[in-house]
Amino acid sequence: MLGLNKRDFSLLLIVAILALCAPFLLNPFPADSAMAQFNAGYPDLMQRFVIFGIFAIGFNILFGLTGYLSFGHAAFLGVGSYSAVWMFKLLSMNVIPAILLSVVVAGLFSLLIGFISLRRSGIYFSILTLAFAQMSFNLAYSVLTPITNGETGLQLTLDDPRILGVSRTEDGSIPVTNFFGLEMRDTYEMIVGPWSFQFNNGYYLCAVLMLLSFYIAIRIFRSPFGMMLRAIKSNNTRMTYTGLNARPYALAAFVISGMYAGLAGGLLASMDPLAGAERMQWTASGEVVLMTILGGAGTLIGPVLGAGFIKYFENIFSKINDSVLHSWFSFMPDGLENLLVTLVHPFVGKGWHLTLGLLFMLVVIFLPGGLVEGGQRIARLFRRKKPDDAKKSTQSTPAE
Amino acid sequence: MDAIILQILNGLDKGSAYALIALGLTLIFGTLGVVNFAHGALFMIGAFCAVTLQRIFNISYETIDESRTDFLGNPMTVKTPYIEHWFGPEMGGAIIDWSVPLAILFSIPIMISIGFIMERGLIKHFYKRPHADQILVTFGLAIVLQEIIKYFYGANPIPTGAPEVFRGSFDFGVMLGFDPNAIIYPYWRLVYFAFAAVIIGGVFAFLQFTTFGMVVRAGMADRETVQLLGINIDKRFTIMFGIAAAVAGLAGVMYAPINSPNYHMGMDFLVLSFVVVVVGGMGSLPGAVLAGFLLGVLESFASMNEIKSILPGIDQIIIYLVAIIILLTRPRGLMGRKGVMED
Repeated sequence: MLGLNKRDFSLLLIVAILALCAPFLLNPFPADSAMAQFNAGYPDLMQRFVIFGIFAIGFNILFGLTGYLSFGHAAFLGVGSYSAVWMFKLLSMNVIPAILLSVVVAGLFSLLIGFISLRRSGIYFSILTLAFAQMSFNLAYSVLTPITNGETGLQLTLDDPRILGVSRTEDGSIPVTNFFGLEMRDTYEMIVGPWSFQFNNGYYLCAVLMLLSFYIAIRIFRSPFGMMLRAIKSNNTRMTYTGLNARPYALAAFVISGMYAGLAGGLLASMDPLAGAERMQWTASGEVVLMTILGGAGTLIGPVLGAGFIKYFENIFSKINDSVLHSWFSFMPDGLENLLVTLVHPFVGKGWHLTLGLLFMLVVIFLPGGLVEGGQRIARLFRRKKPDDAKKSTQSTPAE
Repeated sequence: MDAIILQILNGLDKGSAYALIALGLTLIFGTLGVVNFAHGALFMIGAFCAVTLQRIFNISYETIDESRTDFLGNPMTVKTPYIEHWFGPEMGGAIIDWSVPLAILFSIPIMISIGFIMERGLIKHFYKRPHADQILVTFGLAIVLQEIIKYFYGANPIPTGAPEVFRGSFDFGVMLGFDPNAIIYPYWRLVYFAFAAVIIGGVFAFLQFTTFGMVVRAGMADRETVQLLGINIDKRFTIMFGIAAAVAGLAGVMYAPINSPNYHMGMDFLVLSFVVVVVGGMGSLPGAVLAGFLLGVLESFASMNEIKSILPGIDQIIIYLVAIIILLTRPRGLMGRKGVMED
């Protein structure tokens, strides 16, 4: 169906069901219970899950499929955010033109950077993209202040010259982003007993776009074009010897992943109309690399998993403080309780980056295929009796 | 003329830091063939060695001085560092004052052992894996090291002063025959430059004039042949990794008074020093040093007001711009050997 084979279609269906039911699935604990802090079903976080999912899916097309490790992808996200906010300032508060513009601008920007960077491969490519991204970041902070508003970040003001729409609403506040009148920040709250589920317009817009991007990514993976990208990854020299110019294909992959990043940036700005230069910093590019590797580079579902995983722990882990830890270990004798709290303390709360770094190292060292490979290994343990032939096709190829 | 000399001098201290870090990076790449993204973290740890030593020296005990009172009228508590108690106030005070230069001695064993542990414990397993994997795992390590430092020292920069003698600036222009106040230069930056020159000279002399260095250079040129001659080159390369870590650490120790150490200073320097390595040529030691000073000086020229008024923002991007041009026109870098990493 939809031009997909049965396996891929069921994968898409599963992702679709998960994404659409996320407000239920991510809120398994009653709102007043002690476990409620593990609930991730609030709009802001759910939006981040899917937006960074889109970002990682796009990055995976370049890194997982084509084998080029870019350390400057956050620049496209930042450019997307800036162009979306400018669209809100100048044209209208409808998100559609903003998102379209951010995809187009990020695409053009990545065409320029990709055209230059792809002249080199391997580590030189990584450093070239890193240099371009740092250049954009530095410029956004300094000279381009009229466009980017420097350190403060670009935001909406009360006197924006909005052509289709009003500069300020009747009660004198800044109008909110909408999808043909449907306000992005509107949330419908459903209360079932002790549970409260939140359905947010913005989240569903992002989720639908994420599904669309996921579908396109599957089609790319299964197309002859995707095959060509895989060939570039496995042996570029041989491709050249067969008389084929591989660079246009790599450039196409670069631009596609840049457009995905632009879409993610545009969505970030649509959910919360501000854009800052720190979105373009190279550590932000590092984050999407982390997501992709952690989930499993080169696999379809991996990047989405990785993005969800990192964003979940970023929000939930960092909320765990000492008093929460004390309440967890309170059943133990006092001395042991204090010892455990002291031991766990550096890894949670503000120190969650430490956990992330350790986890990332462990994944790169022992599990180059990421969470997906981990899942496959566990699955193989349980179904060892069955013949192996079916699984060979599902195995992920580790990233290079 | 004096403006040009001033900019060259300004570029030298940053250039020295770039050169030292890039020297270590390219030493590791040239010997082990590993792209070490954790090298900036080593620089940062070096700076925190200086902070640690200063804190150790300042460990004090409290006494109550009955003769003086604080503003509430209670007897005042006086803190005396143990160092002053042991060596007398004058000697002890001098030791505390000189804690940054003393941290050089303190940091060398620490940095070398960190280097050994890193190489034997982690990087050894990544020789056969692709460069991307090496980048990723060392990037993870850099995050971990940075977070550990942040956990122990907090997120704020920690001011670490230079010795009293080297604080302040002096009129360098007068010595060269210019008008007074034309070239004012801080003492410590001159010290830093001299220090960097000594370290760089030391590393080159070590490689050039000792048997150990000769073997290492032979290994860099052709690892397999050296192994076939019955030399345990891996062991020597491990030692070189330790030395590279120590060079980065020393660069950090001495940089502490110039810029108060904070936990992300390593990441800030890492990107730039990678650019320096690429400009100089992967695996070329003289190239790394040359490119370090060159880019440092270029950066300070680009931040002159006269140039900024013609090309606004050039000071922010000059280094990257140079790197992009070099990579596109001469991918092996300024002084790289032909055929090394030239794809």
